[in-house]
Amino acid sequence: MVETITIFVLAIFVGYYVVWGVTPALHTPLMAVTNALSSIIIVGAMIQTVGMPVLGLEGNLDFQSINIVSVLGAMAVFLASINIFGGFAVTARMLDMFKPKQKNKEG
Amino acid sequence: MEFIRAYADWFYLIGAVLFILTLRGLSGPKTAIVGNRYGMIAMAIAVLTTFFVAQGPVVWMIIAAMIAGAVVGIARARTVPMTQMPETVALMHSLVGLAAVLIAVAAIIHNNSLQVIGAERLAAQGLNFHAMSKVHLFELFVGCFVGAITFTASVFAYGKLAAKKWAKTISGAWVKPVQALIFIAMLICGFTFFSTGSMSAFWAMTGLALVFGWVWIAPVGGGDMPVVVSLLNSFSGWAAAGIGFTLENNMLIVAGSLVGSSGAILSYIMCKAMNRSIINVLFGGAMGAVAAPTAVGSQVQRNYRSGSADDAGFLMSNADSVVIVPGYGMAQGRAQNAVKELANLLKEQGVTVRFAIHPVAGRMPGHMNVLLAEADVPYDDILEMDEINADFPATDVVLVIGANDVVNPAAKDDPSSPIYGMPILEAHKARTIMVIKRSMATGYAGLDNDLFYNDKTMMIFGDAKKVVEEMTKAINGTGH
Repeated sequence: MVETITIFVLAIFVGYYVVWGVTPALHTPLMAVTNALSSIIIVGAMIQTVGMPVLGLEGNLDFQSINIVSVLGAMAVFLASINIFGGFAVTARMLDMFKPKQKNKEG
Repeated sequence: MEFIRAYADWFYLIGAVLFILTLRGLSGPKTAIVGNRYGMIAMAIAVLTTFFVAQGPVVWMIIAAMIAGAVVGIARARTVPMTQMPETVALMHSLVGLAAVLIAVAAIIHNNSLQVIGAERLAAQGLNFHAMSKVHLFELFVGCFVGAITFTASVFAYGKLAAKKWAKTISGAWVKPVQALIFIAMLICGFTFFSTGSMSAFWAMTGLALVFGWVWIAPVGGGDMPVVVSLLNSFSGWAAAGIGFTLENNMLIVAGSLVGSSGAILSYIMCKAMNRSIINVLFGGAMGAVAAPTAVGSQVQRNYRSGSADDAGFLMSNADSVVIVPGYGMAQGRAQNAVKELANLLKEQGVTVRFAIHPVAGRMPGHMNVLLAEADVPYDDILEMDEINADFPATDVVLVIGANDVVNPAAKDDPSSPIYGMPILEAHKARTIMVIKRSMATGYAGLDNDLFYNDKTMMIFGDAKKVVEEMTKAINGTGH
């Protein structure tokens, strides 16, 4: 328990210093990318989806079928995936706009 | 593949380090692109590692859900217009929140199911089972209720930012007591669940948290949305960290904390830029309520000077330096490309053109920067408030496009003003000020703006995009 809390606290400090270094112009991409990062909960969703066994209908152990736990897990995987793929893609799209362009348009 | 399972924690560590580098990359526009790729690699490592850790007969469900999510996510990411970024980000927060709730619910149902089966029968199958400890239940409770609040609050923020009819701002004396009651009831249910393990208490807590998220954000005004969106960003991170504690997965904890502190810092920056405390934004209600009476009283007869786009264009083309101050009105009117054309034309005529961005301009942090970047405005022409404020007195023309409160001099010299003390762009110090506005209506704060009645100010009424296009035409016509 103490170990996990240590990691938690230190990670907050790392986040604090790293985020202050982010230039204000990129705050919108920052939000989009952190959105993708927090969708790391997909790891939890995946583990739940295959979190067998559960109690089957006839009191037997069920390792196979689709059940409430795996369905909830899969739904969470779906939601998190939207964010992961969408978040990184939209961030990449935005950052592309910030790239210094060829100065062909300026006279 | 045994290898990957045995060393899963090491892979997660690599992922966590890459996540830190992702955020580090955002210190500049060049490194950011590489940083974003680090993020993708880290996510791929995490997901692939988990595939080997979480083996089971229904892995196909994960793959199917992931492909469906990827299709939806990428389609949306490719097509969303940059003007709609704030609501898109809010919507994404809601997904993280809902996913956290689903995971917590799944975890607890699974735990109950295993408990019914009993440790002995599981041991017979070669499975090692420990019922969730109090600590686990507590973590689950936190992950679930933070997720639930994030979900409904973000859905409301989305509705508000996208101007949906169902996202109605609520106000009234009943709001605060109701908020408090729901919050206390939620804590009581959470505590009951935590101490007795009662499932009905768990459901009640989740339901109350969902309701609370809504009534909590519903009274907040549209102009305060930058704070709310940042705060929800932070929440989605804490929800992920909470789930990480439950699953004892360090990568989740690290990623969640990074996002959590990132959102918290953004909220702090936004609050500071409005000279308000986070408590005031979230529980003070919309400022308009306070300011309305004074605004009505002073609005009666004040003279302002209005001009045409042609005159404005002529003045600008004869100026040495022009500073453009964009606000939410530019986003609303989708005028960024027209603005860029105008800036380019002025530059061709030898005018120095720069952009001044207030931290809370628009509806989310960095909103204006993205819009201008989309329109190909060079990164170096765009300056932050602190960088440009000293230059205003030497500026010939300031062109304010759809911004109001961020250039209101009352913030500097009227202690009775609700926005007194808020740092502003000191546009009033320039030689000439031009303001493009739809009408003389007040900003979101309901405040009158002395800048509009200044002798040096010229009001140009109309749609931002149209007016800017007319200005461009006028300058072209003069043919310097």
